[in-house]
Amino acid sequence: MSGLLNTSFLPSSTCRTRSCSSSAPHFRVNKPRVVTVRAKIREIFMPALSSTMTEGKIVSWVKSEGDKLSKGESVVVVESDKADMDVETFYDGYLAAIMVEEGGVAPVGSAIALLAETEEEIADARAKASVGGGGTSQAPPVVEDTVSSVPPPKAVSSASASASAVHPASEGGKRVVASPYAKKLAKELKVELAALVGSGPMGRIVAKDVEAAVAAAPPVQKEPSVELGSVVPFTTMQAAVSRNMAESLSVPTFRVGYTINTDALDALYKKIKSKGVTMTALLAKATALALAKHPVVNSSCRDGNSFVYNSSINIAVAVAIDGGLITPVLQNADKVDIYSLSRKWKELVDKARAKQLQPQEYNTGTFTLSNLGMFGVDRFDAILPPGTGAIMAVGASQPTVVATKDGRIGMKNQMQVNVTADHRVIYGADLAQFLQTLASIIEDPKDLTF
Amino acid sequence: MQSAFSLSFSQSSLTLPNRPLCSSNASPRNLRREAFGFSPSKQLTSCRFQVKSGNGAPSNKSFDYDLVIIGAGVGGHGAALHAVEKGLKTAIIEGDVVGGTCVNRGCVPSKALLAVSGRMRELQNEHHMKSFGLQVSAAGYDRQGVADHANNLATKIRNNLTNSMKALGVDILTGFGSVLGPQKVKYGKDNIITAKDIIIATGSVPFVPKGIEVDGKTVITSDHALKLESVPDWIAIVGSGYIGLEFSDVYTALGSEVTFIEALDQLMPGFDPEISKLAQRVLINPRKIDYHTGVFASKITPAKDGRPVMIELIDAKTKEPKDTLEVDAALIATGRAPFTNGLGLENINVATQRGFIPVDERMRVIDGNGKLVPNLYCIGDANGKLMLAHAASAQGISVVEQVTGRDHVLNHLTIPAACFTHPEISMVGLTEPQAREKAEKEGFKVSIAKTSFKANTKALAENEGEGLAKMIYRPDNGEILGVHIFGLHAADLIHEASNAIALGTRIQDIKLAVHAHPTLSEVVDELFKAAKVESPASTTPQSVKATV
Repeated sequence: MSGLLNTSFLPSSTCRTRSCSSSAPHFRVNKPRVVTVRAKIREIFMPALSSTMTEGKIVSWVKSEGDKLSKGESVVVVESDKADMDVETFYDGYLAAIMVEEGGVAPVGSAIALLAETEEEIADARAKASVGGGGTSQAPPVVEDTVSSVPPPKAVSSASASASAVHPASEGGKRVVASPYAKKLAKELKVELAALVGSGPMGRIVAKDVEAAVAAAPPVQKEPSVELGSVVPFTTMQAAVSRNMAESLSVPTFRVGYTINTDALDALYKKIKSKGVTMTALLAKATALALAKHPVVNSSCRDGNSFVYNSSINIAVAVAIDGGLITPVLQNADKVDIYSLSRKWKELVDKARAKQLQPQEYNTGTFTLSNLGMFGVDRFDAILPPGTGAIMAVGASQPTVVATKDGRIGMKNQMQVNVTADHRVIYGADLAQFLQTLASIIEDPKDLTF
Repeated sequence: MQSAFSLSFSQSSLTLPNRPLCSSNASPRNLRREAFGFSPSKQLTSCRFQVKSGNGAPSNKSFDYDLVIIGAGVGGHGAALHAVEKGLKTAIIEGDVVGGTCVNRGCVPSKALLAVSGRMRELQNEHHMKSFGLQVSAAGYDRQGVADHANNLATKIRNNLTNSMKALGVDILTGFGSVLGPQKVKYGKDNIITAKDIIIATGSVPFVPKGIEVDGKTVITSDHALKLESVPDWIAIVGSGYIGLEFSDVYTALGSEVTFIEALDQLMPGFDPEISKLAQRVLINPRKIDYHTGVFASKITPAKDGRPVMIELIDAKTKEPKDTLEVDAALIATGRAPFTNGLGLENINVATQRGFIPVDERMRVIDGNGKLVPNLYCIGDANGKLMLAHAASAQGISVVEQVTGRDHVLNHLTIPAACFTHPEISMVGLTEPQAREKAEKEGFKVSIAKTSFKANTKALAENEGEGLAKMIYRPDNGEILGVHIFGLHAADLIHEASNAIALGTRIQDIKLAVHAHPTLSEVVDELFKAAKVESPASTTPQSVKATV
């Protein structure tokens, strides 16, 4: 096994010198580093253990921080796409700081530890490591979507119930009793166990309590600091929004509402959300599949005289960002599979927040989706953005008492959607039929996960 | 010789009319007495199944039986079958159920449960199924159905065992057996029989450390767990050896969460450290299992009045209280204690050490003065040498060989062991630290050959590439010191290696043997091929003397 380490699979030792380090791919943001000419602090890189390896997982650290290393000694065991390999150090020194812990993943070429030549430099290296920040986290933090049709579970009730939910046997709540899986999830999702109230047998914290806590903690929206009694001019984005809204007044629009049962969709979401799928992606996909059957709803009227039938189905989804509103577009939403769609959506949201969206990523939408369900809104109607034919406003999914087919009373989760459409190209019947198709797709969502 | 024959003829005609073929049944005993080496087993095999009542009169009229075995478990059964094959009049005493621990409370039901858990785990692994292109709707289980599978299997095997002994003419005597004196055994209330040789094969029971209160419902041992009367939400398993590990596999597959409590600092202390690290990564980390190491469970109280099972943990070294766990159930898997009380050992001046009966390498019992007790042997868990079912029957066979005139010493290093988790773990010989220690003492070099299941076509076809095989060997002469396998079907693959070690086969002589493709056995082939041995292969078979 160790014979392979002397082959060309590993970056040659020349790359480990200071001159090459800045050109090697760094995962973290380049920060100005004080590099002394005779750098005594070297980085230990994630090696490429095979030609197909792009990232490696640290299985275990053979040496610990502070251990003396001699050239050729195994420092860490790395798991690649093929097998576990011992990685040796090319230099003598001390293992000053471990930057990626056991179980952590790092791309090939990124630094996973720092090696100091002398004992004195260990402290320097540690300081450097903490400034540099963790390279990769163990599990992607849960994406707090601004678009989710399920209202956040009431965080209020858990606070009020905390007094009464003290574990009968936990000595007045001094001990945190949590099941093994709950502990694992809490560590992964970075949730404080002590702050949770358990819903398991005898008040213990179970996995779903941890999951609920994560979902219930969307980033606290900072109250926009508004200076009352002042006049603040529009920013560019706000001016654009204002212009578009004024323009829409010239378009003859009408609205059609529909109530859709979301039990099946919620069940599907629960099943696949561990794979990174979000409710936004599910709704976008369902809408796209319905639009594929009703192309006229995907059309628009640009000049007042003709239908413009769009060749692709691009779903634009409204996202509220600090100080404004933008609509990143999921291109070809009917053709892309749900997992890729979710990944793409995450990328777009991150870019939108960082204000790095390219024009074609926000102005190529053919149909728009707007969701205020996460605030508890049950229905609203949206204003049609110019250049598109329709926009769908989605409300919260709420448990509702319904009359069932056999004459009984039952409970179903229902959400109300309301589509605003341009009557020059989309007529009432078209829209109604589209909504009927959409409802049937959402109520029987097996096609969404192809 | 002639006279001896005719003597035996007339003797046997008393008990076996109309069976001239089987008269030779009696001759081996005489031959044995005259120390002729040849084994008459061929003749016996032909008439083995014709013998229905008794297996001939004992050679020496003064004894009721040639061989009496106390305990009809796996060890006793193996010894009994071999004894009859060698022509000994054999009786076996059983005070509880035939089959002992293995059949009723051990190997058999646990493997039935593990078969269920293996399938359950596979069916529930949606990602795994999808990778094959399969869709499986939610897999569920019926607890009673699973428990029945295990119970029915145990009953079936128990019946097979009993019938096989009956068919061979082994007398099955019911009652608790004990040694009254040299060559004298009592069973039941007051039945006394004499035997030329006695084998004690009384086995073991789950060991429950003090402070732990077992109630059979919420605080259980493996005996109770195998009945699967309930599947708790959260179970703490005290002890992370192979028994605890197998149970964690079963319980997590059926939906429970598990917490291990281990006294040593490492989980799975008995395994090779490299294997146990990988096993931890696959069998523990991704599952709903957490653990506390370096602690003893000093007190466990069962659940009652709505309170859960309470476990008090103390630091293993400092004995300071560390933590208290509240769980739904606790399984005590801290090893097994020998079952040797009430055997009457004091009648022959034998003292047990922590319950185990002291024996030498030929399974002969050693008394309180350090002398061998004649005609008395002890096999299986009761002597504590290697507490595995197949070791017990191997020891039993070894004793029968000795008793019928052939000296035999069992080499325990050639006995493989397996842990039937998913994936399985198996081993034979020394672990790496043990091998290195031996190498330092005796002054030879040690090399390691390793291969991953990721390189095996069949494993990848099954999407079970997670696995490691390693071989520890001497590069100077090609002797195999130990082989450890973790992966799919590891328990079956190990035998190539254990056979090689038992026969003293050297790596360079077995390297070129061909293995079918694509099979998992190629993993073992890879190990042999990856080894670098200095001395060349020989044209005539040679073997390395396997050290006892």
